[in-house]
Amino acid sequence: MTQPLVAPAADTGADVAPPVRRRGRWIPYLLLLPGLLWLAIFFVLPMLTVASTSLQEGSLAQGYELTWRLANYTEAAQRYAAQFSRAFLFAAASTVLALVVSYPLAYFIAFKAGRWRNLLLLLVIAPFFTSFLIRTLAWKIILSDSGWVVGTFQTLGLLPEQGRLLATSVAVIAGLTYNFLPFMTLPLYASLEKIDRSLIEAATDLYASPFTAFWKVTWPLSLPGVVAGTLLTFIPAAGDFVNVRFLGTPSQSMIGNVIESRFLVVLDYPTAAALSFTLMLAILLLVGLYVRRAGTETIV
Amino acid sequence: MTTPQPTEDAELRLIGLTKRFGPVTAVDDLHLRVPSGAFIALLGPSGCGKTTTLRMVAGLEAPTAGQILLGDSDLTGLKPYRRPVNTVFQSYALFPHLDIYENVAFGLRRSGIKDVRAQVGQMLELVQLTGFERRRPSQVSGGQAQRVALARALINHPKMLLLDEPLGALDLKLRREMQLTLKRIQEEVRITFLHVTHDQEEAMTMADTIAVMSQGRIEQLGHPEQLYERPRTQFVANFLGQSNMLRATVDGRDGDLVTLRIADTTLVVPAEMLSHGMLTASGEVHVGVRPEKLDLAPVDDPVPQGRNALRGVVVDTSFMGTSTQYLVRTGWDQELTVFAQNRHTDVVAPGTRVRLTWRPEHAFVLDADTPTSAAAPQPAVAP
Ligand SMILES: Nc1ncnc2c1ncn2[C@@H]1O[C@H](COP(=O)(O)OP(=O)(O)O)[C@@H](O)[C@H]1O
Ligand SMILES: [Mg+2]
Repeated sequence: MTQPLVAPAADTGADVAPPVRRRGRWIPYLLLLPGLLWLAIFFVLPMLTVASTSLQEGSLAQGYELTWRLANYTEAAQRYAAQFSRAFLFAAASTVLALVVSYPLAYFIAFKAGRWRNLLLLLVIAPFFTSFLIRTLAWKIILSDSGWVVGTFQTLGLLPEQGRLLATSVAVIAGLTYNFLPFMTLPLYASLEKIDRSLIEAATDLYASPFTAFWKVTWPLSLPGVVAGTLLTFIPAAGDFVNVRFLGTPSQSMIGNVIESRFLVVLDYPTAAALSFTLMLAILLLVGLYVRRAGTETIV
Repeated sequence: MTTPQPTEDAELRLIGLTKRFGPVTAVDDLHLRVPSGAFIALLGPSGCGKTTTLRMVAGLEAPTAGQILLGDSDLTGLKPYRRPVNTVFQSYALFPHLDIYENVAFGLRRSGIKDVRAQVGQMLELVQLTGFERRRPSQVSGGQAQRVALARALINHPKMLLLDEPLGALDLKLRREMQLTLKRIQEEVRITFLHVTHDQEEAMTMADTIAVMSQGRIEQLGHPEQLYERPRTQFVANFLGQSNMLRATVDGRDGDLVTLRIADTTLVVPAEMLSHGMLTASGEVHVGVRPEKLDLAPVDDPVPQGRNALRGVVVDTSFMGTSTQYLVRTGWDQELTVFAQNRHTDVVAPGTRVRLTWRPEHAFVLDADTPTSAAAPQPAVAP
């Protein structure tokens, strides 16, 4: 049963009707063509442009010239190290928070919600019906100094008299967590929902308390969802600039804000391009390490 | 596991066990005693409440009413992980993220046992899976998965093993093989097996006691031969093998025999087969005769001493290899089934007039008031 018997069947097909096979062979590639073209035009080409820009020298007035200046990278990395680490820190914090909030939610929807399941799933994705910007602006109002959240926190003594939430790291992390929450909840739900209930029953039958059954069966079986959810949250959060823009101040700025201002405000294209590339490589590296570690332990 | 210790008293007693799911009564005031070390089959058609009964014993379902006792302890309110019973699930429910070794070790580890190597090794040997330790459940066949499930349960030395249609997913040949394996293992470990099945042949091959279940109740409990030879209800008579049911009027008593009459035919049955109620009512009874107990002979042959006889015409003949199945129509237009071994006699052609004979003690007698059909599989519905 470990040996799939597909290959011989395909061979037999070729023996019986070679012309059909020869003609049909092109069809998959033909079908791939639009996708490949799309990728070439909108991904590979811009990537090459950015790569080349990141190695140029010059100024906006005199024009930029490709001089293979690798120092663009080292200079940018040194100058913006703080924003880099803040980006990864905020992204990591909001990913952990999103996981902590989403796991019980997804668990509840998958195991306990019964006929309310579809309604609850709809509510999870409901925020997508309005734009990302509007939602972040709404958080600005929620966390504003005169808002009820700050008022309540101050009454409860969680915030000092003059303390604020807006324009702090807390606000930025809260915004990131909120904005990417559905990307965590949905994959978690999908993997929890797939778990065969009789496995949990088998665990309790084999002397596992409800907690042990969760820890030894439900949690490991939901890890593919955890991995997918954390990636889908962490990656966009690490490159985000909107949440800092609306909910933070320059002293919370993340690498996304630097790239944005280098490209669109200062018009320092080589630095912006070098930063973009560095961010991309850093994320790739982190994700690669993470998936390798998670992969060896979990994926069923 | 090598030393089969006849477990300290682990008699299972189900007392008035009842489970309702909304309007559906899945298990209805069920009483059952299973002696320690028995191999008992809970046999019944699909939907009669077998799985629900088993799940209540395992603690996976809470009874609506009734008690579950095992030995001296009352299990009724206990959580499943506190019960000294283990289950082999219908779909095996092996943990897909653990290899075979860890699947089998799961229960021991939960009980806090650190060194499980020797025990897991012995268990895998018992179910003949040595060498499969590092495979994942997805990398073994159905029959092997079934044996892993068995090992995973047995390794905990439960006082009782619950098996829910464990062979249901296997093909016929493998099922036969596993029936024998299960029986061998049960004899080796001497743990009480409560085996749920809807397959009467499986129940008869493996179990030393069968509880026939219908509509949430136990219809009859007994040894396989006892249930087959002396069914007490129409349901049992028809669920375990085939029966010819003859409706007869009680005519009178003649020593140890009771005379019965059907149309112009007179039959006798041993008086002990009729309960007191049946005799005095002087009404009607059902006489059951198994198809293989009927001898088919030419109509003019003399009736052997002491046998019941009736005449009929062969209306259908089907050759089935080792035996031939005949349909014989009686004088009162009832069709009876006869199985005749194919030894030296020629197959009797349809249209032939024949005489059917059988020994009085080979029949069984049922109250005529019980419904004739093999009861419908629907569960009893509460009012
Ligand atoms: N969880 C449940 N909810 C509602 N009805 C159930 C549930 N489990 C079983 N039943 C009903 O109880 C009856 C007995 O089921 P079950 O014990 O599974 O029968 P069997 O195992 O003999 O086929 C069936 O009518 C079934 O539909
Ligand atoms: Mg069942």
